[in-house]
Amino acid sequence: MEILQYDFMQRALLASLLVGLAAPVVGVYLVQRRLALIGDGLGHVALTGVALGLLTGTAPVPVALACAVAGAVTIELVRVRGRATADVVLAVMFYGGIAGGVVLIGLSPDGTPANLNAYLFGSITTTSPRDLATFAVLTVVVLLVTVGLAPQLFAVSNDEEFARASGMNVLGLNVLLAALTAATVVISMRVVGLLLISALMIVPNAVAQQVARSFRGSVTIAVAVGVTVSVVGTGTSYYAGTASGGTIVLLAVGVFLVTALSATAVRAAHGRRHHWVEEHRHEHGPDCGHDAVPHGDHVDYVHDGHRHAAHGAHYDDH
Amino acid sequence: MTAPVIAMRGASVGYDDRPAIRGVDLRIDAGEVVALVGPNGSGKTTLVRGLLGLARVTAGDVELFGVPAPRFRERYRIGYVPQRHTVGGAIPSTVEEVVTSGRLPRKRRPSRVSPADRAAVAAAIEAVDLTERRKAAVSTLSGGQQRRTLIARALAAEPEVLVMDEPTAGVDAENRDRLVATLGDLVRRGLTLLVVTHEVTPLLPVLTRVVALDQGRLVHDGPVDVPPAWAPGGFSGMPRHLPGHLRDLVPDPESHDHDAGHDVAHRAPRPVGRAGYPGPLSTVDWPADRRPDRRSDG
Repeated sequence: MEILQYDFMQRALLASLLVGLAAPVVGVYLVQRRLALIGDGLGHVALTGVALGLLTGTAPVPVALACAVAGAVTIELVRVRGRATADVVLAVMFYGGIAGGVVLIGLSPDGTPANLNAYLFGSITTTSPRDLATFAVLTVVVLLVTVGLAPQLFAVSNDEEFARASGMNVLGLNVLLAALTAATVVISMRVVGLLLISALMIVPNAVAQQVARSFRGSVTIAVAVGVTVSVVGTGTSYYAGTASGGTIVLLAVGVFLVTALSATAVRAAHGRRHHWVEEHRHEHGPDCGHDAVPHGDHVDYVHDGHRHAAHGAHYDDH
Repeated sequence: MTAPVIAMRGASVGYDDRPAIRGVDLRIDAGEVVALVGPNGSGKTTLVRGLLGLARVTAGDVELFGVPAPRFRERYRIGYVPQRHTVGGAIPSTVEEVVTSGRLPRKRRPSRVSPADRAAVAAAIEAVDLTERRKAAVSTLSGGQQRRTLIARALAAEPEVLVMDEPTAGVDAENRDRLVATLGDLVRRGLTLLVVTHEVTPLLPVLTRVVALDQGRLVHDGPVDVPPAWAPGGFSGMPRHLPGHLRDLVPDPESHDHDAGHDVAHRAPRPVGRAGYPGPLSTVDWPADRRPDRRSDG
């Protein structure tokens, strides 16, 4: 394939594979706790860090990482101890982060808002071998933590109070998750952009939310969607000459819309087919007196003009 | 002598400047089934949260199984069923997954699910009669089934005592009866229960004792088989179709007026309950020698 002849495209595809794998695994716990926007909020705080790094002549990424982790810890502490709710704290972070970034970048001698743009939107095709190594390390750390601590993270995200009563270190786990989110956002945003990394944390999980029945199933679906849209999106952007981050996000949003609409349609159809009889005390059987009609792999019984088919604890109309 | 399951001595719980419960003495022994009642805002939930380490004990002592609460580590011995109308977060999870999360206090290496864990989770789900729905997403269950899922989650750690906050609130009569039947099964297996509730009546078949709070203070503590003779109105809600041994316990309001041994004139009515609270305290007449303010002296 032509696309694989170029080193930069090989790196871009590998990078998208790693980000597509790591981001949804962190994101599932954020969606579970209804903190879907926290990745974006931390990214905005990281922008202040980037500008601070450019202003002081320090490497922007470590400064941004420090700012984002500090922001993540703050939001957890305020959530636990303060009176503000998480969404309000998040909103303050959004505004403060972007304002701090714009003001600080204006103060730095060689900084222009264009420098911030690179961090907001990124470009996966500029991934260097060193970036790739960083992504690999990040992905391994994310997977080790999320798989190793999966039972605790699930318990805490599912019901904090119960987890606390069980003697778990809830604050520690929340701070760990927030720090992991911050690290994922900051390390990825330089290459793929804040928009892409936040979206990849959340949108694949939104798809899974529509179709999965179990948490384990949700994670599997989210990772599959994340990896697929990243790799396909990167390839598409190469052929179509579009911005890689935007293409990947549009693809993910497209998958979400199609899934959400079909899931709604399926549920509506299912609801029509189901004939819920609250007081269906009669159990249909071979000798129940109702006419039995073979129907595919089961038997329907004619009952008040309907054909009833046993389905779990109720009967469907067929 | 075995240590009580729960012991509070002069315990205050809440914030430093305004504890929600004050100076409570309470001892619950293994095998007891205790209802904790009181009007809204009387501090029932705070008391429970203090026991579980979810709220701060600002004065007095709290001991669990003879160990001071702050040093108590064997969390699996106490199962907690919080007051929730629904289960879970935004991502779908199955009954089995939610119940498995209740197994964590028992585990040294949480990432490994052992056969013993699986067996305990299956037994907990079976105990609340949800085995057929164990693979279902909890969000698709009825309210009563979601409550039972939460009970199963607390049972997964194989606790010795179960602390439940309003398990029957907002559950229709049929599901409530089913919940109470489940509680009866648990009691027969030897579990100690502390149930925060607004409705004592449906629980009467399993209760051994009723503790009442009002405005943060313990105002009544007595076994169900000796209902407070001075509170005829209090238990008038007790249904007459109860099992025989419980029906006998219902004080007859007419004979009561003559046998209590107190001059009626001394029983100044004390409106303990608040508006809208139908519980046993709403109509309590307090005899002079049993006023709650005197209890703390002794």
